[in-house]
Amino acid sequence: MGMTLTEKILSAHAGGKSVRPGDNVWVDVDVLMTHDVCGPGTIGIFKRQFGKNARVWDREKVVIIPDHYIFTSDPHARRNLEILRDFVKEQGLPYFYDAGTRNYKGVCHLALAQEGHNRPGEVLFGTDSHTCTSGAFGMFSTGIGNTDAAFILGTGKLWVKVPETMYFEFNGTFPPYIMAKDIILQVIGDIGVDGATYRTMEWGGDAIAKFSMEERMTLCNMAIEGGGKNAVIEADDTTLNYVRRRTQKPYTVHRSDKDANYCFKKVYNAGAMEPVVAKPHSPDNKALVKECQGVRLDRSYIGSCTGGKITDFKAAAQLLKGKTVKIDTFIVPATKEVEDDLHKEKIGGQSLMDIFKNAGAHLGPPSCAACLGGPQDTFGRTQAEEVVISTTNRNFPGRMGSKKSQVYLASPYTAAASALTGRITDPREFL
Amino acid sequence: MQKVIEGKAYVLGNNIDTDQIIPAERLVYSLSDPEEKKNYGRYALSGVPAPAAGLPDGNHAFVKEGDRRSEYAIIVGGKNFGCGSSREHAPACLQIAGIQAVIAESYARIFYRNSVDGGFFIPLETTTPLIDEIRTGDRLSVDIGAGTVTNVSAKRQYPLKPLGDVLEILEAGTIFEYAKKAGMLPKDS
Repeated sequence: MGMTLTEKILSAHAGGKSVRPGDNVWVDVDVLMTHDVCGPGTIGIFKRQFGKNARVWDREKVVIIPDHYIFTSDPHARRNLEILRDFVKEQGLPYFYDAGTRNYKGVCHLALAQEGHNRPGEVLFGTDSHTCTSGAFGMFSTGIGNTDAAFILGTGKLWVKVPETMYFEFNGTFPPYIMAKDIILQVIGDIGVDGATYRTMEWGGDAIAKFSMEERMTLCNMAIEGGGKNAVIEADDTTLNYVRRRTQKPYTVHRSDKDANYCFKKVYNAGAMEPVVAKPHSPDNKALVKECQGVRLDRSYIGSCTGGKITDFKAAAQLLKGKTVKIDTFIVPATKEVEDDLHKEKIGGQSLMDIFKNAGAHLGPPSCAACLGGPQDTFGRTQAEEVVISTTNRNFPGRMGSKKSQVYLASPYTAAASALTGRITDPREFL
Repeated sequence: MQKVIEGKAYVLGNNIDTDQIIPAERLVYSLSDPEEKKNYGRYALSGVPAPAAGLPDGNHAFVKEGDRRSEYAIIVGGKNFGCGSSREHAPACLQIAGIQAVIAESYARIFYRNSVDGGFFIPLETTTPLIDEIRTGDRLSVDIGAGTVTNVSAKRQYPLKPLGDVLEILEAGTIFEYAKKAGMLPKDS
């Protein structure tokens, strides 16, 4: 019996022996990523378990990306950044993208990609559930807690139960108004928020192959909203072109065997996809945009690891150019690189940044911002009964701040179209 | 690992996510400082909307205003308990509030793993949904060895699923003790 892509990567990191779903194996870790919310707790456990003078297992393999609570005056959040700084200094860690410096990047999942830490065939763990984003690069990546991260810091290893793999195939060509966000919301709606629990979500088909790395990251990013352990897409020329521009480190491209065993397969016709939203308060509460057409909104939010990449803003700008938003519209680039690109990228001679400013949107600095609520002074955080359309990943009660607010998850096209009308609007009205 | 756990039940619904268990704005407190981390007890389950807080009636505070410990020792949940974020603050806050076991129909993967590897409490699963069988405030007795949970108040007993692979880690205490037993870590580290 052959192995799936995920099984092959885990096998290669568990001494090379063949693995099957359900096996518990210890794997060698290539990258451990942590940030300001979970880093301090991880460091605390590491010191308790390995001693106050302990050294991390491999300085080259630890990446620290503060991104959650960066632009806040909350004293505990400021203190947490100091804990990261002290640890980086003490350990001499080379990959630290510190807040308030020229080295600051922003949201960790995109920063990992942009700084060359995502490499095909590798095993990456991160103290953030959206670490599954990196699977877009043909690697195994998943989210863990502080205890597991502290274990890795000291040993470079972690036990993993080998997941079964579900295969989602999209053939044909997506209509121009469809984005990866529509696809992942459709699939989560189909399988439910626990439909992929303990499983891998592998994406394939010629329609997926045409997606940019950014769109592939959106697909893999929300695997956790289906309960998935990881998501994965086989590396191809698009992947390698992206990776080679950003790292010199070697990597291995693995592919699923022809006789690999999948526990689930579903084939979709890409051309038949429709713009969708997830209604409050669950990412699987799917509806077609046209079914929610007219729902009154208080704000539109375009940002986060899911919906704050340059491709997301190009899509939004296409609709907002030369127009004025009707509701509070928040634009939050995921990373500094995306923010820089908002100045460089132009539509009809106008930069995306100018398009957004002229449309009357509020622009925030790169970070996780209101995607997960955060401290009271977080940019774009809901404070009352706001109804929001958002390109982020979760719409649980209180996720964006206030327990009374309601969040509709949508693509950047749909969020931009809705910003222009103040009601949930199908992007086809403006495209 | 404690083999018998007794205490009052706090009942929640399906898909209780980590933002409901511990809202993101509270994640700023230290989990390493013994005094500061008590804040997590204070805010445990503070994100659950009032009508869903303590079923079937709702409007039961899990932790009373001003307290840092809960009067409840066991949480009964539905499907996909702990979905969402990888924040270990979620299982930690329940332990800090005094929870010794969670009994759910199913768990989200990272929350379950964090509960086990960090040794916060015993995450148990049932073969049938219990959220309509048990009321918030009912006295429960969980017998890990026998694999049962008894609703002492209603005099009814239900089977628990075997703990399987994770039993060894739960018995060891945390992933660190387990790794020492398994020879992955030196015993004196």
